[in-house]
Amino acid sequence: MQQSPIIQAQRLTYEFISHDNHIRVLENLNLSIFAGEQVAIIGSSGSGKSTLLSLLAGLDVPSSGSVQILNKSFSSLDEDGRAAIRASSMGFVFQSFQLLPSLTALENVMLPLQLKNHPHAKELSSGALNKVGLSARVLHYPKQLSGGEQQRVAIARAFATQPAILFADEPTGNLDNATGQVIIELLFKMNAEAGTTLVLVTHDAVLANRCQRQLKLVNGVLNEVVTA
Amino acid sequence: MNLSVRLAWTQTLNLWRSGALRVLVFSLVLAVAAITSTGFFTQRVETSLNQQGGLLLGGDLAVLSDHEIPDRFLKRAMNQGIATVKTYEFASMVVFGETNQLSEIKAVAAGFPLRGDLTIGKGPTDIGQVVKTTPNLGDVWLEPRLANLLNVKIGDKVEVGERQLAVSAILIREPSRGGDMFGFAPRLMMNAADLPSTKLIQYGSRVKYQLLLASSPQKVNQYSAQTKPELGRGEKIQDVRNARPEIKSALEKAQQFLGLSAMVSVILAMAAMLLSSLPYIKQTLDAFALMRCFGASKNVVLQVLAIQTLLIAFFSALLGVAFGYIGQLGLAKLAGSLFLEALPPASAMPVLLGIITSVAMMFAVVLPHAWQMRNLTAMNILRRDTLTQPVSAQAKFLPAIVVMVAMIFWQARDIKLAYSTILALSLLCIAIVGISYLLVGLAYRLFNLSTQRPMLNDIKIGVLGLKRRFGLSTLQMIGFSMGLMVLMLLALIRGDLIRNWQASLPADAPNRFVINIQPAQIAGVKQFFEQQHIKGGTIFPMVRGRLIRQNGKDLGKTQWQDERAKRLAERDFNLSWAAQMQSDNKLLSGRWWTSQEYGKPYLSIEQDLAKTLGIKLGDQLDFDVAGTPLTLTVTSLRKVEWDTMRANFFAVAPPGVLEGFSANYISSFHLPLGADAPMNQLIRTYPNLTVIDVAALMQQVRGIMQKMSSAIEYVFIFSLIAGMAVLYSALVATRQERVTEATLMRVFGASRWQVSVAYISEFASIGIIAAVVATVAANLLAYYLSAYVLDIPFQFNLTLALSAMLGAAILIPLAAWLVLRGFLNVAPRQLLNSI
Repeated sequence: MQQSPIIQAQRLTYEFISHDNHIRVLENLNLSIFAGEQVAIIGSSGSGKSTLLSLLAGLDVPSSGSVQILNKSFSSLDEDGRAAIRASSMGFVFQSFQLLPSLTALENVMLPLQLKNHPHAKELSSGALNKVGLSARVLHYPKQLSGGEQQRVAIARAFATQPAILFADEPTGNLDNATGQVIIELLFKMNAEAGTTLVLVTHDAVLANRCQRQLKLVNGVLNEVVTA
Repeated sequence: MNLSVRLAWTQTLNLWRSGALRVLVFSLVLAVAAITSTGFFTQRVETSLNQQGGLLLGGDLAVLSDHEIPDRFLKRAMNQGIATVKTYEFASMVVFGETNQLSEIKAVAAGFPLRGDLTIGKGPTDIGQVVKTTPNLGDVWLEPRLANLLNVKIGDKVEVGERQLAVSAILIREPSRGGDMFGFAPRLMMNAADLPSTKLIQYGSRVKYQLLLASSPQKVNQYSAQTKPELGRGEKIQDVRNARPEIKSALEKAQQFLGLSAMVSVILAMAAMLLSSLPYIKQTLDAFALMRCFGASKNVVLQVLAIQTLLIAFFSALLGVAFGYIGQLGLAKLAGSLFLEALPPASAMPVLLGIITSVAMMFAVVLPHAWQMRNLTAMNILRRDTLTQPVSAQAKFLPAIVVMVAMIFWQARDIKLAYSTILALSLLCIAIVGISYLLVGLAYRLFNLSTQRPMLNDIKIGVLGLKRRFGLSTLQMIGFSMGLMVLMLLALIRGDLIRNWQASLPADAPNRFVINIQPAQIAGVKQFFEQQHIKGGTIFPMVRGRLIRQNGKDLGKTQWQDERAKRLAERDFNLSWAAQMQSDNKLLSGRWWTSQEYGKPYLSIEQDLAKTLGIKLGDQLDFDVAGTPLTLTVTSLRKVEWDTMRANFFAVAPPGVLEGFSANYISSFHLPLGADAPMNQLIRTYPNLTVIDVAALMQQVRGIMQKMSSAIEYVFIFSLIAGMAVLYSALVATRQERVTEATLMRVFGASRWQVSVAYISEFASIGIIAAVVATVAANLLAYYLSAYVLDIPFQFNLTLALSAMLGAAILIPLAAWLVLRGFLNVAPRQLLNSI
């Protein structure tokens, strides 16, 4: 079934200089993720999980090495080229929700669709909010919603564009256990329905266990975790 | 308390390092710099002007009395280190041989004048030289006119009372000459020490006793304030403002101009402050939320906030004052060559005002948030309710509005000007909110119809940005349009204002008055005008009459409360007649007569006189004209521009009413300064004529106007810089929110082009709305100021309006793009980390 990987990273290295110190976050990292897979990237705080996620999503460029998404190499694209791939194929869920405070729940969900000039932005967004159980709160602003509700809006926003890949960066990090559990269920349910490839960064073992594959990042090196 | 100070200090440093304070401090420094530099400069210019004005008075202040000046006034001045000199003025006959002439005698003590100089010469046509002395004992100086009338030369002796005094010089120019233009006879100046021996001052003599004073403005003002309440009957204080109506008018207008430009700087700076306080408030509240969580009491947090506010206000004020001082040095240097004398040094007053301004503005911004924090529990703070439930918008801006209004009143110095500014600003805000609300709704509908083209879609996203940030966009538009409005207002009225003001005293304004022309001499005087190529030399009739009854009520029995009313009611009026109203008169109520109404017993009265004597439209006034009663009905009230220097009359009747009474005539005309030969020839032909030469005085008035015009232009340039700073603050204030939004847009796949188009469209909308509102507001305000405050004509400038709108639609998005473009090339992840 699985032919070529949907995401492929080769000899990925990321380093930066801080106060004259050369800090290497990722070192010669190789990774392949296939369509429909659910992959958890785990590791301790500061291990570089979020950096890896942003390189895979084209939100940043590596110091060396390459990333290929849907058979397109990021290294051959400029920022706008990478943006075009994100617009067509990616969705995002962040730890801190990243909703625009000046937009209503509906407008927040509509934003990525509007950027694509989608003719049915409103209908699709309403449907997505309906799926996450917020049909009664479409006109509420983020500050009028609880943390869990805000993350549900973010999930609706991520799925509204029907992306091929969903990147989730600590999606339950800002939520209490019970709410976090509800969000995980929702995320996996919608992911299963849409058949999206899920790349999830977390340090939560329970969340990671829900994924088919787990990759552990230690000292800039990625290792496959063999699960039972 | 020590802990609070330490915490406040650390917190302030942290805020500074984090960058949250920079824009705020920049705006605050700018505000203080604007206020202090304008303050320093205008104060120096005013001091200089007052000193120039002082040249006309002969001192900075005069205590006048109809009896010997009480000793306590002199002692007070001496105790306070104020320079003083006494003078005595009265009318008396001066005799030379067979000729005698009523003269205005002025006896002066050594040291006169305290401001300005005397110019004396050897003959009536001499240009003369400036001297620092007064007439020696036994000597007198005569004005050229008196020397001509008496036909005396230097060395001749004239009789003054019981003394024979030697004419030692011709008095060409005297600073304090003036006063009642039509009342004075030619001047003789003598030494005050000779006065007792003339025996001219007896019990009951009408003498104007004068104590002239000169010192620093603070000392003079203090002296004036202390002395005013102690003035007795017949005593009054005169400064340059009330000494000379034409100088008063020039100074008042100049002060209004300067007040206006200073006020503009204040409003702009305050707008910049408000705009740039947003990031600071957010970070401060975050830090305080943490402090409360770590166990700091409510009081400690409020103390830290108060100290922090004071620290920021104080250091910003110091910097602002320093920049303000440097700024005004530059202004003074630029303006220096235009001032004949060097500007007096700046006083420390603006420093204090700068600090007060800074503290008031800082507290105005912080107070609503401190008020809110008072009632927050630790839980509220943990849940970040400080940020999610901010004080309502109205309450948040209330203290700032109070401070702004207070500053407008303080800077405008004129209630009417202050009220009109506040009204204009309020209307401006309402118009912006209304127009942007309508435009957003319209754009939403319009773009919903046509989203098929990607470019239009990006523009739509941008225009809808107005809706997303309605509050902030409105604030930005208010800032932009306020800045624009000021710039346009300046462009609209500055030139016209100054031109019109100067035009009120054109180069060929009359500078000589000839009075006492007899009917038989009119033809001769007209011939003289032709010979001398004098244009516009009009001859006005003048009939003297005493007002005796108003609506049948005998005025002789009226107890006048007002000293001026009493004087006016007691003296003879100069009644004149005219078919047309003079061009420098303005009809305020009633109407001017038609040619059919010639001969009807109508009267037009000057408004100030009418107000002083309580005369209203329709009143019947009974005059006694050389023993003949004459009843006239007031049919109009007029405003007279006294500073045009033309002959004008308090009371004017239609032709055919006064012709039967014996009249003499008056004329005013222009002759170049120093053209005394033709005048002397006229006087020799008609020895009864009295010529009043105001050429020198007018040159002084014109000099003041010239200097003030330059000063105003320079102060306006400063307001212009402040206006631009507001535009910048408005951009920087919303930068963070735009960075967040643009980053998310890029994370979701928007290209940099898309983001740029969206922002440029949003700012173009902001620019256009702001420009439309600013254009309308600036024109309305310019019209109002021209018509009702400054009394100058207004003309709508279409080119300016269109170029402002076009400029705003191009330049504002361009400036916004320059400020925001930096983050378009940064990787979204780095931005995500910072938001």
